Order: sequence, then structure tokens, then C-alpha cells
Amino acid sequence: MSVLLGKKMGITSVFTPDGDYVPCTVIEAGPCPVVTVRTPERDGYEAVQIGYEKLKKNKVSKPIAGQFAKANLDPHRYLREFRLPNGNYNVGDEISVADFAAGERVNITGRSKGRGFQGVVKRHNFSGVGMATHGQHNRQRHPGSIGMSSDPSRVFKGMRMGGRMGGNNVKIRNLEIIKVIPESNLLLVKGSIPGAPNSIVEIVRK
Amino acid sequence: MKSIDVISAMAISETDEMRKENNSGEAVVIPDFKPGDTVNVAVRVREGNKERIQYFRGIVIARRGAGISETFRVRKISNGVGVERVFPLHSPSIQGIDIVNKGSVRRAKLYYLRGMTERQMRMKVK
Repeated sequence: MSVLLGKKMGITSVFTPDGDYVPCTVIEAGPCPVVTVRTPERDGYEAVQIGYEKLKKNKVSKPIAGQFAKANLDPHRYLREFRLPNGNYNVGDEISVADFAAGERVNITGRSKGRGFQGVVKRHNFSGVGMATHGQHNRQRHPGSIGMSSDPSRVFKGMRMGGRMGGNNVKIRNLEIIKVIPESNLLLVKGSIPGAPNSIVEIVRK
Repeated sequence: MKSIDVISAMAISETDEMRKENNSGEAVVIPDFKPGDTVNVAVRVREGNKERIQYFRGIVIARRGAGISETFRVRKISNGVGVERVFPLHSPSIQGIDIVNKGSVRRAKLYYLRGMTERQMRMKVK
């Protein structure tokens, strides 16, 4: 099992030798140093904390700087913890894209693009009120009925309505790695991943 | 979007490499062709385990896109039926492109050729 932090760079495509056109997402990832190792004896569970994107020492608060100083590392912008059963990492180890190989499958987690307040058609894939004529003139994208009558006299909890959409943590499982370019820390993954360009993503290989 | 461009350029040069390999080591030069040109496109076709080259000859009526996603559209009249094919310019399935005839047209997209007979097309494109 291996983990990595990176940034989504954008989407492009590559050709396979057979001429298939494969859409893929470019991720600039790592190198990520192991900052802390959690052990069952001391912490009750197994995990590693890894950092990503080096920062100047004066850019971080003292408590954060102390975390990195303890591991003899420069401060990094991002620090994330991953549960890793029997991950044999030590503090100071560096994880990079070179630990991944083309053909492997990874799970990628990111924060999806915020869509703001959206109606039920976009947010919950409702089909809207069906007709444009027959008396309908101002409710084509409305939810329709949201409940019954005087019994139960209320709207059930969890009724799907309009509201804030996007900006959630989304995990996409089982994405195929198309290519690894260790010289420039790039990872090409088949298909799309959550988030806008330059947003941070977590890459986990089982 | 710098690293995206890098990937695109890399994928294009990989295609060049693949074409070179299939051309017994000699680099394949794709000429600078334009809409209106008559071209002969060599397409690698897989039939079972065997591979052969099939040619598609016609007038380029459009080019679109940039980088790895660039495509071009070729139209020909085959047995009286108009046939159009869209080729990805950087696909390794395209083994080569020959310009048969340079055309002279005043438009970038020659969709108006679609309503024409072969003879009218010849008059238009020259």
C-alpha cells in the first residue's frame, strides 16, 4: 500500500500503440516525506503523516514547524494522515511517483468543484415537471410534489431539494495509471478526478 | 497548464516514434496540408493478427483542434456515395499522409462541398 499527495494539473489524452485514444488526468504528485509514523503501541493505530510542497520556514506557525522539525524536515504546505495497515515506512522516507507503476490501480480523493446553490434538476438529477404546455408555464425545472396531504402534514426528513452543491470530498476508485514520469513528478491517470486544476488530491494504492 | 502541454508534446513525439518503428526505422514526415488539398492517408488496419495498410484518398475539408487532439476530415465520393472520415492527426494508426494535389480555396471549412458532385468539387477546389 502506498500513498501520495499531489495536484491536479488538468486533462489531456494519449494514444496507445493500437491507436486507442485514452483520456487522462495529469497529476503532479510528491515527493512526499513521511513526517510522522503512528504505531499501535503508542497511538493505538497504524498510520503515516506525509507532507507535500515545501515552504519557507517563516511561512508556517510554530506548532506546525515543530512537527516538521521533529522529523528533521523543511515545513510543507500540506500535511495529511493516512491509515496504513502494515505500511513499513520510517520517518524521513520519501514517497514519490517512482513508487507507482503504469497499469496499477489507485483510489483518488479530492474536493469537488463548488457549484453554489443549485436546483433539483442539476443537484439530484430530477427530470423537472414534464411538460412545457398544458397549463405549465413557470415550473419546468421544479421538483413537483414534495409530500402527501393533511396526513402526515409535514415534509419527511431527507427530502431532496435545491441547495448547496459540490465542494464535497469525493473518492474515485480503481483508476488505472497510464503513465509515470518520475523526472517531472507526473502521474497520468485514466479518466477524470474530482476538483479544479491546482486542487490537492490524495492518491492511494491498495 | 504547462505540464499539460508537456504531456501533449510527449504523446505526439511518441506517435512519431511508433510511426518510425513501423516504417523500418525511417522517420515519417507529415506534410503541412490544408483544407482543399487532396490527400492519400495511409491507415494501419488490424485484421485478426495481421496488419495491413489501407489508403483513404479524398479532399481535406476541415482541420480542427490543437496539440494531441488535432483532427482532420477527408471527403471522397465512393461509388457515387459521399464518404467522410475524421482522422486524429497524431494517431499511431495513421502511418503517413501524402499530398496528391494542392488545392486553392478561400475557406477553412469546406462543408459546402457536401452538396456537390465530384465534377463540381473539382471545379471548386482546383
